[in-house]
Amino acid sequence: MAAMAAALRGVGGRFRWWTPAVAGGVRGAAQGAVAGQRDYDLLVIGGGSGGLACAKEAAQLGRKVAVVDYVEPSPRGTRWGLGGTCVNVGCIPKKLMHQAALLGGLIRDAPHYGWEVAQPVPHDWRKMAEAVQNHVKSLNWGHRVQLHDRKVKYFNVKAGFVDEHTVRGVAKGGKEILLSADHIVIATGGRPRYPAHIEGALEYGITSDDIFWLKESPGKTLVVGASYVALECAGFLTGIGLDTTVMMRSIPLRGFDQQMSSLVTEHMASHGTRFLRGCTPSQVRRLPDGQLQVTWEDRTTGKEGTGTFNTVLWAVGRAPDTRSLNLEKAGVDTSPNTQKILVDSREATSVPHIYAIGDVVEGRPELTPTAVMAGRLLAQRLFGGSSDLMDYDKVSSLAGRRLQPGEAESEASSSGVPTTVFTPLEYGCVGLSEEEAVSRHGQERVEVYHAHYKPLEFTVPGRDASQCYVKMVCLREPPQLVLGLHFLGPNAGEVTQGFALGIKCGASYVQVMQTVGIHPTCSEEIVKLRISKRSGLDPTVTGC
Amino acid sequence: RRRRLLGLIERSRVVIFSKSYCPHSTRVKELFSSLGAECYVLELDQVDDGAKIQEVLLEITNQKTVPNIFVNKVHVGGCDQTFQAYQSGLLQKLLQEDSAYDYDLIVIGGGSGGLSCAKEAAILGKKVMVLDFVVPSPQGTSWGLGGTCVNVGCIPKKLMHQAALLGQALHDSGKFGWEYNQQVKHNWETMTKAIQNHIRSLNFGYGLSLREKAVAYVNSYGEFVEHHKIKATNKKGQETYYTAAQFVIATGERPRYLGIQGDKEYCITSDDLFSLPYCPGKTLVVGASYVALECAGFLAGFGLDVTVMVRSILLRGFDQEMAEKVGSYMEQHGVKFLWKFIPVMVQQLEKGSPGKLKVLAKSTEGTETIEGVYNTVLLAIGRDSCTRKIGLEKIGVKINEKSGKIPVNDVEQTNVPYVYAVGDILEGKPELTPVAIQSGKLLARRLFGASLEKCDYINVPTTVFTPLEYGCCGLSEEKAIEVYKKENLEIYHTLFWPLEWTVAGRENNTCYAKIICNKFDHDRVLGFHILGPNAGEVTQGFAAAMKCGLTKQLLDDTIGIHPTCGEVFTTLEITKSSGLDITQKGC
Repeated sequence: MAAMAAALRGVGGRFRWWTPAVAGGVRGAAQGAVAGQRDYDLLVIGGGSGGLACAKEAAQLGRKVAVVDYVEPSPRGTRWGLGGTCVNVGCIPKKLMHQAALLGGLIRDAPHYGWEVAQPVPHDWRKMAEAVQNHVKSLNWGHRVQLHDRKVKYFNVKAGFVDEHTVRGVAKGGKEILLSADHIVIATGGRPRYPAHIEGALEYGITSDDIFWLKESPGKTLVVGASYVALECAGFLTGIGLDTTVMMRSIPLRGFDQQMSSLVTEHMASHGTRFLRGCTPSQVRRLPDGQLQVTWEDRTTGKEGTGTFNTVLWAVGRAPDTRSLNLEKAGVDTSPNTQKILVDSREATSVPHIYAIGDVVEGRPELTPTAVMAGRLLAQRLFGGSSDLMDYDKVSSLAGRRLQPGEAESEASSSGVPTTVFTPLEYGCVGLSEEEAVSRHGQERVEVYHAHYKPLEFTVPGRDASQCYVKMVCLREPPQLVLGLHFLGPNAGEVTQGFALGIKCGASYVQVMQTVGIHPTCSEEIVKLRISKRSGLDPTVTGC
Repeated sequence: RRRRLLGLIERSRVVIFSKSYCPHSTRVKELFSSLGAECYVLELDQVDDGAKIQEVLLEITNQKTVPNIFVNKVHVGGCDQTFQAYQSGLLQKLLQEDSAYDYDLIVIGGGSGGLSCAKEAAILGKKVMVLDFVVPSPQGTSWGLGGTCVNVGCIPKKLMHQAALLGQALHDSGKFGWEYNQQVKHNWETMTKAIQNHIRSLNFGYGLSLREKAVAYVNSYGEFVEHHKIKATNKKGQETYYTAAQFVIATGERPRYLGIQGDKEYCITSDDLFSLPYCPGKTLVVGASYVALECAGFLAGFGLDVTVMVRSILLRGFDQEMAEKVGSYMEQHGVKFLWKFIPVMVQQLEKGSPGKLKVLAKSTEGTETIEGVYNTVLLAIGRDSCTRKIGLEKIGVKINEKSGKIPVNDVEQTNVPYVYAVGDILEGKPELTPVAIQSGKLLARRLFGASLEKCDYINVPTTVFTPLEYGCCGLSEEKAIEVYKKENLEIYHTLFWPLEWTVAGRENNTCYAKIICNKFDHDRVLGFHILGPNAGEVTQGFAAAMKCGLTKQLLDDTIGIHPTCGEVFTTLEITKSSGLDITQKGC
């Protein structure tokens, strides 16, 4: 391990560090580099899921590769290591904190199952956060080891283009380095947005970039937003015992099936999360005691409301991280509206040897596994003689997801991306929402099968299963092709994955019904769906 | 055409589908005329759509040849079967009894399969009776309506498994910031009472749903006494006789005993464990079936001292690589295994709740004997079909003499045409609740609802709820090699580390995923295996995908749901034949 650390420290290798004062002299030298004499075959800017996958694949193919990664601290000063959003401030810490909250529920179940645990059991944020952060740090380390193992050079510097083959990296201490490469991949991802015109928002609020790295409990929290990021965060905060309020302007989980979405929030509300619907914040002030006073407008009554919180968490969307790249120096075009990078089907930007993958690209699904696959395919095309293109249509009909902004959701869910929202009661879906199916095919041509079920594990502790619900949206005409599947209940992610494949295989309602159930599970409810909405019969499952 | 045919069968006393030149058809026609029975004869070689009618007959009866005979709506079969039925007196009986039967259908056994068949038949407007009677176990345990699954099977087992998982969750929760005294004790009585309460509510629910559907439920032991007639004996020994046009046998199975000194007196089985009024204490589990391992798993999860005595291999019939991993995980989590021993004698040292038992066991390989003292000995060495004491011999229903199982054709019909069977007693079919439910329901629809859909026993998924759950669908590696030959298969596999286990500090390189593909059929997935948390939930959807012809390519084209365990199947890269390392180092 010590040897490894030494090796990693020495990662600069034959490159010398330059102070800004003398950087000018080097620039000329690097610029003069011509093909074959450049430092690298491939330079990847951004060490997230997509960038790392691309870099590792290229190195595997025997190329000389470098990755530059730099986390600009959030406005609150939070920063993290190599691995990008998913690992550091996305799916990984989110799911772990969700798990912490689920364990809280299991602790309350335990006495019913014979475990003599004195209730209530208090929760220590610091202990959880430290454990989660340690795991994330081990992943950061793992990524560095992987790069090292594959002989990919790693620079912890902030990158900006100097010209179309050269990038200047600035380290934390201000040291600069110039790197030239034949091919450059931009994979800098996105960061949470702050609301623009709310006084005190930036000063006092935090985002998902900060919540997972807080050393102290956030206390009484206001979560602003109705995206799944907002609901997931509010869900686990409530679950570990914090007083949590969600403020949303209009509907929850826009773009998702609205019947399911309302069951999700109904479940959260019945488990202690407060909801302020139809409200928009107008001001955040810090009171002398350090608490935050939030003022909002109730858009239905027109009245103003106020409340005090310890923490205000903005979950109102994400923006691409392109500002500091000096893209204009290289001539890389971006969308004027979104600032995202424009690419063709080969991921090439307006400059043929500069590519972009992942969340920073215009019109791509913002998903960890999509970025990984795109990065690997790109490296194979560049260096492996492959011509396989990333088939985004195929992907978008079936893909994973990661902690993402509100805007991306409608896009994702309507194009049929299977996703799981890790709210306290998990919601997994693949394919079309009921609304979307009806709007595409017409009410008369759509058949929806549904069931309210009770997970076996809920019976003994007497848990309320009112929101455990599953529905399958099918074409009405035989053999009733499945258009969408929606599952609300424990382990929805695990339940959904296999069915997503089934739907990809073109499963019909008949085929799903011919599948024998696994007893006793929640997922078997899907292969037992017999009651159509049209029939008007009671969809409550009784007995097995 | 089908409707016309069914109408014909429905209306006529005797229908003979025949060909004018067929000597067998002629023999049958002569037989019926000698019995003075009026027959409707359809000569398929003399009608335009004869060939098509034959196709439909194949669908309905699974018999394509002529003659094809129906008597009073019952499919008797071909020439030989008709003469057999004549010799046994069944044919005369069928001819005499019009709708003079008490019931359209009597189902013997109120378990998952029997109830689903009975309810479906009732929904289709038939007069149905269910006979259910639980013969108390040697320890005196008995239970209510619903059969094995509900009372002494899946339901209590999964709930006790859940209780054990909660023990693990409590352990994990400290790592996730929950603060409580780590010395948490488990109270068997509290758990068992809660589980039994739930089961009683299910028993009640079954009774209610039978009443709602106007199915007659009789809590009596059913036994055939003659064709179409059954004797029902209740708890007090009172006998009543009922007749029906058709019968479904769904009596299921009961745990087997060793046949050694002291086994029935002192040992318990899964029939007793779930309602045991006291904590079993130090327990010896005899057997290596999934029942044995599941019980041993949750008992150890409650902190009990558990030993499993294995005669030969774990989970016979399951993929052996997976079985071994299931076992080694249990071993790492405190379950002791005694390999290659069988008990020869059980003695009581002390009475009590629990008492103390001495078990003498001998090696299967040598002369070595060992002795051990346990509070409880749980036998889980297999199950026997309840088919030998229900008068099947009186009406000539064949059973496999060795296994006691009932052979049926692909429409669940026994060799006696009006007698069908569903569930665990079927020969060569999976012993699973959902299979029994499905086959019972489909059987009723075929018998009374003019449906043709048969139960598909291929690619039936299942999950073993051991401490680390094992889910599978399709073929085991051994079976795949036997059927397809090793060189035609590609096996992809990986170890994985569930995200939730990382922070909890649980072991890496323990959970395992494997698929077996047919190289010469587009890498179609023949077998799916997963060892990990929530294996049941993960496996179900993949089973649906296998129904639709899942291939490796489709798995590769699919992007995972992140972060889940199920997503490992979308990124399988390493083949077993490559011999590459599958341990996980990073994330």
